[in-house]
Amino acid sequence: MSFYGVELSSRLLLGTARYPSPAVLGEAVKASGAEVVTVSVRRESGAGRAGQAFWTLVQEMGLRVLPNTAGCHTVKEAVTTAHMAAELFDTKWIKLEVIRDDDTLQPDIFGLVEAARVLSDDGFEVFPYTTEDLVVADRLVEAGCKVLMPWGAPIGSARGLNNVYGLRALRAHFPDIPLVVDAGLGTPSHAAAAMELGYDAVLLNTAVAEAGDPVGMAKAFALAVEAGRLAHLARPLEPRDMAAPSTPMIGKAALGD
Amino acid sequence: MHIYVNGDRHSIDPETLAAALDRLGYGGKKIATAVNGRFVAAAARPGLKLADGDKVEVVAPMQGG
Repeated sequence: MSFYGVELSSRLLLGTARYPSPAVLGEAVKASGAEVVTVSVRRESGAGRAGQAFWTLVQEMGLRVLPNTAGCHTVKEAVTTAHMAAELFDTKWIKLEVIRDDDTLQPDIFGLVEAARVLSDDGFEVFPYTTEDLVVADRLVEAGCKVLMPWGAPIGSARGLNNVYGLRALRAHFPDIPLVVDAGLGTPSHAAAAMELGYDAVLLNTAVAEAGDPVGMAKAFALAVEAGRLAHLARPLEPRDMAAPSTPMIGKAALGD
Repeated sequence: MHIYVNGDRHSIDPETLAAALDRLGYGGKKIATAVNGRFVAAAARPGLKLADGDKVEVVAPMQGG
């Protein structure tokens, strides 16, 4: 699997927020096997040290980072944030979020497409956080996106895949674009289901960070992603309405009257 | 004159963004900046003269999902 020409072996991308401690974050990232972690930028005062400490931790991880524009509500905010993140983290990768609705954190797809175009034209490699809407996805590809990241469900909701039909249609429509289910996953079975649909990867954060045992959950997600991928490659059965006996009937002893 | 840094009002003499950041304790820190909503690259800070009422945003790496 590759994103913008970068080959990756892990299909699990992990967020770095909401862990009980930096140490647990470090251990969870290790247990997940993730090669890409998402990060962000936030205000810091002259006396503040939080950002500098986190920067040290990121460097120690030695992984590729995918900065986000979380919390941005306008194209201008998202574009400026992307430029600040690019300088801070020395990367052209940007997880582009332009949020419209505060209850569902649903993206403003109009602003998203516009920001994706501006940033792609500026040389960014954009990972848009979008819905499973086919037409929006098409517009994002047209704007220059070479990866798409539809939501499974609202961020942090742990609801899993809300619209399996939509996600399946997206996969069928874009066979050659890397697709990542981003957000809304709660349990490893949700991740496995996404991978069974043929998605290239999943991105999650809260499901691991806020689990009772984040390190154990990170490992569980890693195994689920691998299982789901193997299942997809092994071509699963299609569901059917009626039973089909698995034990052959030929040769069954005739024991009736 | 006055400028705003991350929403807080500061009284400063007319100076460049780089000098103002230094005075406010940001010297040597891993930060990125914007002035009045526009990104200002690190290399451009010494050449950017701040004006009265400018709104400066200073951000650092942070955890994110």
